[in-house]
Parts: sequence; C-alpha cells; structure tokens
Amino acid sequence: MMKEFRGIRAIWRRELIRYSRERSRILTSIASPLLWLVVFSSGFSAFTIGSGVEYQTFLFPGILGMTILFSSLFFGVSVVWDRQFGFLKETLVAPISRISIFFGKALGGSTIGMIQGTIFLFLGGLFGIGLSIPNVLLVLPILFLISLIIVSTGLFIGSHMESFEGFNLVMTFFTLPMFFLSGALFPLNNLPAFLLPLTYINPLAFGVDALRALLIGTSQYSLGMNILVLLAFASLTIYAGAWAFKRQK
Amino acid sequence: MKSVIEIKELTKKYGDLTAVNRLTLSIREGEFFGLLGPNGAGKTTLISMLCTLLEPTSGSATVNGAHVVSESDKVRQSIGVVFQDPSLDELLTARENLEFHGRMYGMNEEEILKKSDDVLDLVELSEQSHRQVKTFSGGMRRRLEIARGLMHTPKVLFLDEPTIGLDLQTRNHIWKYLLKLKEKHKMTIVLTTHYMEEAERTCDRIAIIDRSKLVVLGTPSDLKKSIQGNVVRIKTKNGKKELAKKLERVRGVTYVDIYEEGIAVSVTHGSSFQQILKIVSLKKFAVESIETHEPTLDDVFIHYTGKEMRKDEPYSDAKLAWKAGVR
Ligand SMILES: Nc1ncnc2c1ncn2[C@@H]1O[C@H](COP(=O)(O)OP(=O)(O)OP(=O)(O)O)[C@@H](O)[C@H]1O
Ligand SMILES: [Mg+2]
Repeated sequence: MMKEFRGIRAIWRRELIRYSRERSRILTSIASPLLWLVVFSSGFSAFTIGSGVEYQTFLFPGILGMTILFSSLFFGVSVVWDRQFGFLKETLVAPISRISIFFGKALGGSTIGMIQGTIFLFLGGLFGIGLSIPNVLLVLPILFLISLIIVSTGLFIGSHMESFEGFNLVMTFFTLPMFFLSGALFPLNNLPAFLLPLTYINPLAFGVDALRALLIGTSQYSLGMNILVLLAFASLTIYAGAWAFKRQK
Repeated sequence: MKSVIEIKELTKKYGDLTAVNRLTLSIREGEFFGLLGPNGAGKTTLISMLCTLLEPTSGSATVNGAHVVSESDKVRQSIGVVFQDPSLDELLTARENLEFHGRMYGMNEEEILKKSDDVLDLVELSEQSHRQVKTFSGGMRRRLEIARGLMHTPKVLFLDEPTIGLDLQTRNHIWKYLLKLKEKHKMTIVLTTHYMEEAERTCDRIAIIDRSKLVVLGTPSDLKKSIQGNVVRIKTKNGKKELAKKLERVRGVTYVDIYEEGIAVSVTHGSSFQQILKIVSLKKFAVESIETHEPTLDDVFIHYTGKEMRKDEPYSDAKLAWKAGVR
C-alpha cells in the first residue's frame, strides 16, 4: 500500500517537473484565455446578462473553465507521448499497479490544471472580479475537481491512441462541443431546447456553474448541487480511466 | 540448480508473422544467460513477454514462480529491465530519472541517493547528473539507462543489447559490475547482445535463437565443442554453392556452412588440407581470403544461423535507434 502511494507520488512529481520545464505550455495556457477575455468582453461590453451582471464579469468564470478544459483534456496526450518516447515501458514494468499509474498521472494533470486556473484567477483581479480570500480557497478544490474529471477523460482517450494525429482528431470532437455547451460564453437557457439535454451530460457545464456561484454569486443550480454532480462525474471518469490503464500494454 | 524462469511452448504472433515459435527453455537461478540471434530472431519479443509488456499468443512462462499473464503484478516485483529502445524522460535530468525509478521500486530516499551516486559513478555520468537528458549524446543516454537498470536489485535482470554503442572501456566496467552483482545477490541476468566476446566472457549458458525458434543451447565451451575440429573460413562471393558441394566431399570435413560472406568448413584431424586448398584455388571461385582457427562462438553462430554476427559496426545501429526515438 505504502509502495503504491510512493509510486503515485513519484509519477505526480514527474508530471509537475515536466510542466515546470515546458515554459511554452505555461505561457500559451495563460495567454490564450486572456486573449479570449479581452476580445470577447470588449466586443460585448454593452451587454448585461439577466440580473444586471456585466458580460465581462459573467464571462470570467466561463473562460476560467475553458482554460481548465483545454489544458486538462490535452494532458491526455502525455500518455501518447510517453508511449512514443518509450518512457511508458519504464512505468509499466515497475512493481506498481496500473491503477496507481493512472492515479499518479490524473493527480499530476489535475494539479497542473488547478495551478493554471489559479494563475488565471489572479489575473482576473485586473478585470475587477471580486477575489476575496475565502472565495479563492473554495474555488481551488472546485478547480481541482473539474480538472480531475477532464484529465481522466483525456487519459482515457490517450490510452487508446497510438498517434498524436489520432489524439488531436478525437480531441476536437470533445473540446468544442464541451466548450460551447458549457455555458461559458452565454447562459445555457439561451440554448435551443433540443440542445439542452446535452448540457446535462457535460461536466464542464456544472463546473462553470459552480465557479459562477462562487465567483460572481449567480448560478443556475445551487453550489451544493453542482458539487454533487461533479463528484458523480469524477467517479465515473476515474473509473473509466483506471479501467483503460488496466488494459494498457 | 533451481530454475527461476520456466518457458513452455511460448509463442507470439503478430498477425501472420510468428516472432516467437513454441519456445521451451528454463533459466537457472543465479545464472548469466545469453540470448543470441540475428536481427528479427525474436529476442526482444521474448523478453517483452517475460517482463509482462506483451501477452503471449499461446504457451506459458513463469518468472520467479509467478505466471507472466495471470500474476503479472507479482512478476514485476522481481524483475528489472534495460530496454533495447530508448525509454528515458528527456525533460528530466539524469538524476531525476534515477530518482523516479528508485521511488517506483519502493526504495527509500537515502538508498536512492546512495545508489544513484554509485551507478552514476559506474557509468561515468556523475558530472552530468544535473543535466537534462535531452542534452545527452546517444552513448550517454545508453549509459544512463544501464545505470537506471542497476538502481534496484531485482531477482532477475533483463538486459536487451545493453552495451550497444558503448566504448570498450565502459563496457568492461559494466560487465565487471554486473558479475559482482550476480555473485553478491545471486541475481539472474538475461542478456541479449551482438558482441560475441562479451557473451563468451560473461555468460554461463547461451541460447541461440533464429527465425523465432530456439536452435541450440549450452555453455560457451559446449557450443564450441559442437563444432568438431578446426574451422576454415573462405571468403568469396562466387559459386558458393558449388564450392560447398565440392568441399563436402573432402575427407575429414564435418560441416560446410554457407553464410553471407563466404563458406565456413569445419575440419577434424587428419583431414586433407591439400585437397581443400586445391579446390579453393580454382580460379572460378575467386576466393578473397582463407584462414583457419579454433572454433569461436562466431563460428557456432554461423553454423546455426547461417549469418555472421555484426561485429564492428553496431554503433551506427545505436545511433539510428536514438534518432528514431528523438524525432
Ligand atoms: N509490434 C510489432 N508488430 C509486428 N511485428 C513485430 C512487432 N515487433 C516485432 N515484430 C517482428 O517480430 C520479429 C521479431 O522481432 P524482435 O524485435 O523480437 O527481434 P530481435 O531478435 O529482438 O531483433 P534485434 O536483434 O534486431 O533486436 C521481427 O520479424 C519483427 O519484425
Ligand atoms: Mg531486439
């Protein structure tokens, strides 16, 4: 048991070291959401949403969710990467269960997602998002939870893919619908009715809603409800990811 | 002696291609075991199955008493592997790669520190230990991979062409260290190599595999004895078949093997050298050279596989392998 735990920690640590050495990954993951924020909010700044919230403010948690979506889903490529560079073999012959390997990677990816979200959150200070300390402390676990769900999904996909091309292809099928049906850009009740059911199976919709509840105080569902649904999604995706790793060769 | 690896009728097929064909073999505890064979013979495939990375198509194998498919977790508790293909994390430093390995194998931090100093020293990478692997040359990477394989002390250590591309001095260091480990911990070492002298010097027993099948198994000296008498090697390109036929009829000749670069003839005492020379000097065969010597493992290899071991140029192969990995 102790051994498994140490293995998980070793894998987690490796992911963080790799992250800290890939400056470009850090930069792009912060620059691109900022760009979105600037472009969108300046273009639509005249709009206010429902209860008098400015669009810029409304948008912020959405783009925060997007940051996490893109970086976390893409984290799945690290499995493909490890396989291509042969490092996967080094982990697979170690006396650590496949499930622990999955957990090491998933926790590594979620930690990275959370760090990126946090950096972005602080940049949000510039956009006048009221960042009070207790809020931030509550937001962190939510960021982690959202990351965990999406990273697990990414790892599930990655462990079935042999090539980068294949991975990227599948990625596009996931990211765009997940993003547009998450309520990141506009309130979900503006969606045509036939699309609405799709938002119920989109974890990011609940993630963004939870972030809104915490950061700007308006949300579709209650925070508790969002967290419950996110936890359910997390168990599901973790189970799927761990299963995929178990049959990994 | 107790056996630590038991392989029975082990088979691996990739589609129509049979990479390992009903192989049966047992490797003893504490043995230094060599797997030799030409490119594509199935050595790496065999090792992959033994270290649980590849599922056999049929047959069975156990490592340290655990079945490689149904008890793969248990097998992994008792093995260490140095892969033929690159398997380092290039973004990590040399030391970080070793630390990762140590932690995955349940070593404590103190052990990890001490052991990584040891093995870095062995492969002469102490000075470069803080550098990211992506800045390493092919040979340095290979040395680091060997060092990593030696971090923990497994019951069975698999080495798939570990010293390819390394200079003689480093190779000698590594062999000495391995022999010491083997003595001290009763470690079993399974090695594939293309260096015959290396195999001859280090291995207790050798199995030659050719085209997915085990062709011969024995100690180096037994294998050499299986070539009776001395060996005459005749290098030529023309009319090898005809030349071989003629030589077969000479009294005292036990084998005539045709291989890529010529013909190898084994001759017992009292055979007619004069007759051999007469045949060989016929103009039509355009013989380039002829030499005679006591049987070596090379001759054994040619006899059983019809191929000469690559000798001096393996370095280029190592470089190619690294290129493929780097991309
Ligand atoms: N993943 C694979 N898919 C299909 N064929 C494969 C695969 N891996 C190996 N082979 C084939 O199986 C055969 C045995 O390959 P293997 O790598 O075991 O040879 P080897 O004895 O290790 O050779 P070398 O000395 O070149 O390392 C070869 O014909 C090879 O082409
Ligand atoms: Mg091989």
